[in-house]
Amino acid sequence: MFEAFDAVVLARIQFAFTVSFHIIFPAFSIGLASYLMVLEGMWLKTDNPVYLNLFKYWRKIFAVAFGMGVVSGIVMSYQFGTNWSVFSDRAGPVVGPLMAYEVLTAFFLEAGFLGVMLFGMGRVSKSLHFGATVMVAFGTLLSATWILSVNSWMQTPAGFSINEVGQFVPENWLEIIFNPSFPYRLLHMVLAAYLTTAFVVGAVGALHLLRDRTNAEARKMFSMAMWMAAIVAPLQVVAGDFHGINTLEHQPVKVMAMEGHYESHPDGAPLYLFGIPDDENQELDYAIGIPKLSSLILRHDLNAPLAGLDTVPDELQPPVSIVFWSFRVMVGIGLLMVLVGLTSLVLRWRGRLYDAPLFHRAALMMGPAGFVAVLAGWITTEVGRQPYTVYGHLLTADSIAPVEAPAVAASLIAFIIVYFVLFGAGTYYILKMMNKRPSDLPPLPGTLTRSAGTTQLAAQRPEARQAE
Amino acid sequence: MFDLPTIWAGLLALAIFIYVILDGFDLGIGIVFPFLASDRDRDVAMNSVAPVWDGNETWLVLGGGGLFAAFPLAYAVVMPALYAPFIIMILALVFRGVAFEYRWRDKAHEKIWDRSFFFGSVLATFCQGIVLGAFVQGIEVDGRAYGGGWWDWLTPFTLTCGIALVSGYALLGSTWLVMKTEGALRDTAYRHARRAALAMLAFVGVVSLWTPFLSPQIADHWFSYPRLLFVVPVPILTALLALLLGWGLLKRNDQIPFPATIGLFALCFAGLGISIAPYIVPRAITIQAAAAPDSSLLFMLVGALVLLPLILAYTAYSYWVFRGKVDPEAGYH
Repeated sequence: MFEAFDAVVLARIQFAFTVSFHIIFPAFSIGLASYLMVLEGMWLKTDNPVYLNLFKYWRKIFAVAFGMGVVSGIVMSYQFGTNWSVFSDRAGPVVGPLMAYEVLTAFFLEAGFLGVMLFGMGRVSKSLHFGATVMVAFGTLLSATWILSVNSWMQTPAGFSINEVGQFVPENWLEIIFNPSFPYRLLHMVLAAYLTTAFVVGAVGALHLLRDRTNAEARKMFSMAMWMAAIVAPLQVVAGDFHGINTLEHQPVKVMAMEGHYESHPDGAPLYLFGIPDDENQELDYAIGIPKLSSLILRHDLNAPLAGLDTVPDELQPPVSIVFWSFRVMVGIGLLMVLVGLTSLVLRWRGRLYDAPLFHRAALMMGPAGFVAVLAGWITTEVGRQPYTVYGHLLTADSIAPVEAPAVAASLIAFIIVYFVLFGAGTYYILKMMNKRPSDLPPLPGTLTRSAGTTQLAAQRPEARQAE
Repeated sequence: MFDLPTIWAGLLALAIFIYVILDGFDLGIGIVFPFLASDRDRDVAMNSVAPVWDGNETWLVLGGGGLFAAFPLAYAVVMPALYAPFIIMILALVFRGVAFEYRWRDKAHEKIWDRSFFFGSVLATFCQGIVLGAFVQGIEVDGRAYGGGWWDWLTPFTLTCGIALVSGYALLGSTWLVMKTEGALRDTAYRHARRAALAMLAFVGVVSLWTPFLSPQIADHWFSYPRLLFVVPVPILTALLALLLGWGLLKRNDQIPFPATIGLFALCFAGLGISIAPYIVPRAITIQAAAAPDSSLLFMLVGALVLLPLILAYTAYSYWVFRGKVDPEAGYH
């Protein structure tokens, strides 16, 4: 059975593993950085210490998540060369500059101001500190913009020619950066990051509300998170729909796999809710579908014809079952998120948002939902792109470095062990921090703080600092 | 003379040099970390770099990303050739990077994260030295890909380069501590700096004498007339700076040793350039042959010329915010 694990398969597993781990941290830190910006901004505007407490609470969690994002990102930036050197040589002239811009505009901005954001309170003025927080948040968004431009170009390449040694040569940078799928993918991912963070913040808020309904910080973060869910989750459904239509236009085979359409449907395609994809016999077993709904969603017309995988040669088809199921997981979680958002609106309207233990329990359970949805979404789009690295132009099998399978296998095992140990520890520390009451945080030296209804100087409470 | 590939080779060299200096001193702190006297000293040492290490390491990403973008062929050859040292280096950097946050979160396991910080720093540095040595020693190329074996990088020369870099970073780290700390910690730092200085000068001497024997071409770069006139200042300036460093360490002038060490690194770097130019993969692929098309290089150059000064400005600002001796009570933990 080990013959099946050649260097290409191992390199793909390695990339999938490292990138899946990596995406979790940015998905969280993009949203969290913006949340920190809002919290600090609200604190400066209202002078309400609840915002400052929340800022410091989430800042610590951000620091750990961001650190894991940075180190797992460095791995990615070198993996292109170690395992995918032919891809690097060929696509480097197009992809490389975009990634260099990501480093120059985003990574330096984040890293340069992170120090001030984490350690600079008291050393710089309040507004300069806020400026640093804004820069960190802006940096995370810029980073997302560039890397999604890269990924989208690999999915829907544009603006290039191919030279005599097989390299992609840039002809029009605007077409490369703003390639056909980029705007949809960027919007979909940024909204996903915001939703992911909202559900984490909401879950932590719910946890502390379940313990103490009067905790001001818990109420504030729960309320903010639920506003986010109520507004952004429905928006995400709309954005996802646009993204799907764009994919149908530029990568129809991916959509066929997502929908489980092995056969063409000349007069209206059904939406399959369930089914077991069978690549070998090219059919969807035990299919349960709603007639014509797929055509309605994708073409906004009940009777629109949809081509199926029977129009695509076997060797150019992605593995259908992975794409089919990951897509359903993503959509399912998305709909649950909409439900949570709408429920929160109803409860808020009835004045019971902080007084609904059952709903708080549900919100707590939904805490990790965003991560699962993000991973499922990425699996859908990346596996659906197979067998290409640059869609329609460069096959995955032709992108691999001249490495031997044992070398890739050894490094894969090393990555798996190191990631599970280190990022497992990091996740544990984050959960430990989340378990702490947000208002138990020691105040900044010299700042005013509330304590059991009285106001006192933080510097007079050394025991609070030691308790940390 | 100054075509786009040459300009980019210069910019890349600059980025790598900035990386070596900046991450060099914070890796160096990791290297001397277990040899500091107390937990409190270790806290202070770590806090002296905690606000900036992340920015420092970003220069490594720029080095790798810049090579990928400007010289994709070189990137595609060098990375597989140095597969093991690169993988070990990034894994070591992961171990060391997480320690910055973890060791404050978990006092019960602080020792584990201290060790992770130390071994990660040493291993990452050692691998960087190996990469450097393997690069100078030459990489076999077959068509547009690496053509050598998986262990070609492992030679006595590359291992010596690894040790040289570990002692060099230890010197950067301890002279940084000399500059940034007070009291007993500074005394310890002075002691380590003196040892590291001796080790670094010895190993750099060995590597320098060894390098011309690796290939007649390198020897020619150093010893042929009239090139000799241009390269001879490098060893002379190195000797002068080594004397300045020694004087600063013995007279205990806090502000001298760190800049003097940076100067020594700059000269080593210049020596490296003299040895390998005009190649980007030594003696196999020239800068011109590996370069991306002009349309890529120009697009990036526009951005780099605007953004690099900006980056240097706010990086300098960030260092300025945390200037002076470290306050032992500082930190947000």
